[in-house]
Amino acid sequence: MELTRDEESALKGEQGEIMQMAYRILVATGEATDADKLIPIEWAHLSGVNYNTIGDAGEEFLSSISKDARVKVKTTLNPMGFDIDNVSNYNLDKNFISKQLSIKNSYEAIGVTPSFSCIPYEIFDIPKENTQVAFAESNAAIHANSYDNLKTNKESAFSALASALTGKSPYSSLRKEDSPNLTISMNVKNPTELTYGMLGFFAGKVGDTSVNISGLEEMDRRQRKAMCGGMGTSGTCAKFLFGDGDSDCEKIEFDEKEVQNVHDELNTAEKGDIITLGSPQLGLDEISDLAAKLKGRSFKKRCMVFTPRTVKEQARKIGYTNELERAGCEILSDCCTCLTPLINKDSVDAVTTNSIKGAFYLKNSNGVDVNLKSLSKIIEEETR
Amino acid sequence: MKILVHGKVKGVVQKSNNSINFLGTVDKKTGIISDKNHDLFEKSIANTILVFPSGVGSSVGAYTIYSIKSNNSAPLAMVCKKADLTVATGCALANIPVLIISENEFDSLKNGMKVEIDTESNIPLSIYE
Repeated sequence: MELTRDEESALKGEQGEIMQMAYRILVATGEATDADKLIPIEWAHLSGVNYNTIGDAGEEFLSSISKDARVKVKTTLNPMGFDIDNVSNYNLDKNFISKQLSIKNSYEAIGVTPSFSCIPYEIFDIPKENTQVAFAESNAAIHANSYDNLKTNKESAFSALASALTGKSPYSSLRKEDSPNLTISMNVKNPTELTYGMLGFFAGKVGDTSVNISGLEEMDRRQRKAMCGGMGTSGTCAKFLFGDGDSDCEKIEFDEKEVQNVHDELNTAEKGDIITLGSPQLGLDEISDLAAKLKGRSFKKRCMVFTPRTVKEQARKIGYTNELERAGCEILSDCCTCLTPLINKDSVDAVTTNSIKGAFYLKNSNGVDVNLKSLSKIIEEETR
Repeated sequence: MKILVHGKVKGVVQKSNNSINFLGTVDKKTGIISDKNHDLFEKSIANTILVFPSGVGSSVGAYTIYSIKSNNSAPLAMVCKKADLTVATGCALANIPVLIISENEFDSLKNGMKVEIDTESNIPLSIYE
């Protein structure tokens, strides 16, 4: 990898230990991914926030660097483990709360915008076409590449942090060009967001760094997010392109049989004790749509709704929050279904969700059973 | 040969033919491998030149590498056949030298060999005894 004189000097430690560490990460990542140089990025989105995933080691590391480290570019943040407004309702132990707050404080000290959201593409302005960014949240990286005309690799928590501290990233893979060698043909009638989540999950398994998808109809935002979330869960693939691709592309079909395969892999229960909506977190239009669907209806069981804090505040002003709470929803900001410490198998056997991403982590990380249902089915069967 | 993280150390080879998942199978305090199915089961990787095919599993395992280093239980260097981002970023955080070597070079390294790693030299990896 070619480094500029300034980058060399940082790597040698002439600009302090933090910069040296950040450049070590960029160089190690760049060498591992065959980058030939570093390029500027304008926005970093960090993962590695939830105490449930980064543990004591992560908490201690962030605490130690927070004294000196400062971000150089706009930097936003993934969800953490809970919503401080209602954490007392969830029987979370004191140690978890204090460690999580320490992580929050460290990121704020470093200069990160405390967005605690996995949908930065929905709550922040999108920079101009082809802008290089560094997104560590997989659904956000896929959404940025596929729908927002931005360029990012599927960053790790560490490469994104190093990019935030330096404003640079290795020039490799999806930052350069993408020429998928695989085309998936969508061949399922009347798809819901659940179907698109499954399509993404399937694509992530068979795709390398990018795939073509043909046969897609007009999709709404919920369906697009579901597809990005599903794809980020199952592999390394971080972009889809629309269309048939080159004639030499291998062709694979996504049909009812594949839907059944994903269903069999992730659906382990016929019904859930609670419902979760949001992974990725719901944006304002999904909250608005949910409020409309719940007019005159109430959930028969607990329903947790995950949304960014900024969306929760907007929803409160418009009156959606009242509507949803009246219908029995628990609205949580700053956190998400994915890797939540608020659901555990001591109190919950099975969760109903329309999220493939949520299902994957509930099953594999929380160890609970999962009942997959589209939102319209959830409203139909779980409310009265 | 590729250099992922620079550095200069001397030490004794601890070789494994199994990949290592740092998240969950390496004790953060002692550097002892706790995976029963691993060929280094119950052995410590502390202060060795750890030679293994590659890291696997969640990238959060990078924090484990940082932890074992903070607890003075980390390898002196890691030498792999295949570059992976957990080992690359974990060792970058912890400042542990990492080399990626060829299949033949990997086969030539044996347990107990004394080697020197110096990424600034013309021969980054040499056997000295």
